Amino acid sequence: MSQLYYRQAIRDALREEMRRDERVFLLGLDIGRFGGTYKATQGLWEEFGDERVRDTPLSEAAIAGAAVGAAMTGMRPVAEIMYMDFITIALDQIANQAAKLTYMSGGQARIPVVFRTQEGAGRSSAAQHAQSLEAWVTHIPGLKVVLPAIPYDAKGLLKTAIRDDGPVVFIEHKLLYGVKGEVPDEEYLIPFGQARIVREGADVTIVALSRMVLKALDAAEELAREGISVEVIDPRTVVPLDLETILASVHKTGRLIVTHEGYTRCGVGAEIATQVVEHSMHALKRPPRRVCGRNVPIPFAPVMENYVIPQAADLVNAVRELMS
Amino acid sequence: MSVQAPASGAIPTALDPALLLRIHLTMVRIRQFEQRAIELFMAGELPGFLHSCLGQEAVPAGVCAALREDDYITSTHRGHGHVIAKGLSFDRMMAELYGRTTGYCKGKGGSMHIADFSQGVLGANGIVGAGIPIATGAALSAQMRRSGQVVVAFFGDGATSQGAFHEAANLAAVWNLPVVYVCENNLYAVSTPVSRQMRVNSVAQRAAAYGFPGVTVDGNDPLAVYEAARAAVERARSGGGPTLLECRTYRWMGHYIGDPATYRPAEEVAWWKERDPLALFERKLIETDICSQEEIQRVHEQVRAELEAAIEFARQSPAPAPEDALTDLPQ
Repeated sequence: MSQLYYRQAIRDALREEMRRDERVFLLGLDIGRFGGTYKATQGLWEEFGDERVRDTPLSEAAIAGAAVGAAMTGMRPVAEIMYMDFITIALDQIANQAAKLTYMSGGQARIPVVFRTQEGAGRSSAAQHAQSLEAWVTHIPGLKVVLPAIPYDAKGLLKTAIRDDGPVVFIEHKLLYGVKGEVPDEEYLIPFGQARIVREGADVTIVALSRMVLKALDAAEELAREGISVEVIDPRTVVPLDLETILASVHKTGRLIVTHEGYTRCGVGAEIATQVVEHSMHALKRPPRRVCGRNVPIPFAPVMENYVIPQAADLVNAVRELMS
Repeated sequence: MSVQAPASGAIPTALDPALLLRIHLTMVRIRQFEQRAIELFMAGELPGFLHSCLGQEAVPAGVCAALREDDYITSTHRGHGHVIAKGLSFDRMMAELYGRTTGYCKGKGGSMHIADFSQGVLGANGIVGAGIPIATGAALSAQMRRSGQVVVAFFGDGATSQGAFHEAANLAAVWNLPVVYVCENNLYAVSTPVSRQMRVNSVAQRAAAYGFPGVTVDGNDPLAVYEAARAAVERARSGGGPTLLECRTYRWMGHYIGDPATYRPAEEVAWWKERDPLALFERKLIETDICSQEEIQRVHEQVRAELEAAIEFARQSPAPAPEDALTDLPQ
């Protein structure tokens, strides 16, 4: 077991899969000599060279499209979209092509492509470098959507994503790259569709995505001092979604909060809450709550930015209300 | 507006007669498929839209004659000609147009989205220009696997104003990829003439921005298309990088069947129909004693019989069950 940064876990997953399978290669902006904007690919160009760690022109549509074309003809590309906000300029290739061509060809096309990107606010990057747009890709049938919150999950899920035979959108968080966690030294994979119970509790279930998992743990710690027991669940993959684990938790606690940085309106949390209500409304003692990003563009000034992104204190308040 | 008259070049004596007959057969197959598809569509037998490539047969026939069986193509909404030229069969194509389980895409794609990966057809695409980056990625794959394969991206004049075209062309140039960009310039993007789409005099000029050759040929002359495609394919296969091949042609029908195409002057349509690529080519084949009128007639009859059998196959094929809609997602 080693203590690794999230960015190192990502890099190790890429390196191991590239050593294991010569069809795996990387393409994206500044991922080679520069090592990636958040240094997640640092050292890979030195090992694998220009052929397999490919810096590209500033052309997100071509990056995504070339990855799709290479994937359907025998390669296993990992394409990096530097900020999830930039997925807008690659979205046709992701949503209309990668997601659909297997289906549209009657099951012929096999498109083993991973779109790596990162989302999240908290660095005063303003509205075009801080969005959490996982709901967009979750909405489109044919894509798997992964959001690791800790180094262990980042590595195990990325290796699974690279070995998956369909398109996967792998969403990292820019403020997690510098977070450390335990990662086994031996090889491991984490299957998709298995939520992680991050902390067990009896009173309230918090389903948290990405960095909100850490804030949910802070909130749970504070609430424990008040005698409130919070269960924190990280779905880890929202497509496929492990509804079973969430429902089991809700049956135990009777109270549900969903939390993510992405906009509240039509966010993934709305979908999860709806599914819980559809399946287990009678297990709920109170209506579910969404503690999610406010429905405004993300502002620059830290005081405003912190206000529109959910904080641990917002979760604490929401839990107290549900318990009152 | 001005249109460029197709040149009436003679048949180069160096060309193998078998190749000429193969190109001719492909053009007849495309012509008849499109004519019958229109009839079936007008009779209400086919759901959806139909985008006919009548009048453009020389381009796919000439280009695909320059390809190997394991080469790849990407196609467009007006794609029947491309996939016929790449070797797809009438019966499964017709079944797809009818939305039957025996179709190439089991009825999930339809006329606009025919694909057969086993024959290198990476799919016709409903998003204009979207096949171009995909073809570019397939070319990257061919280069990385050192397979010697070449990829052809077919698209229209309208697609060359899409960002996807420019991004992909630039990427292919930077990486020196084995791809040939084949623009079927039929002078209109739906209703908008080329003169209102771009200020350059030819689509081929756009290649200059990316540092690879752009060539314009008479797209109604299958041999001019073939010669240019062969040069571009050889260049790509030998590591010379991409080429943009602009084929000037004309679609006889509207953008879709049912489009009255009132945006085009009647005399322009008549002018192009007089330059029917199939009729011109057949005249040349007879004049140069490659084959006789009777032999040409026999080709038409054989293709007609094959086509009618394919239509019957499609009509007799089972329709999908509603819940078949839930299958064929990525694993």
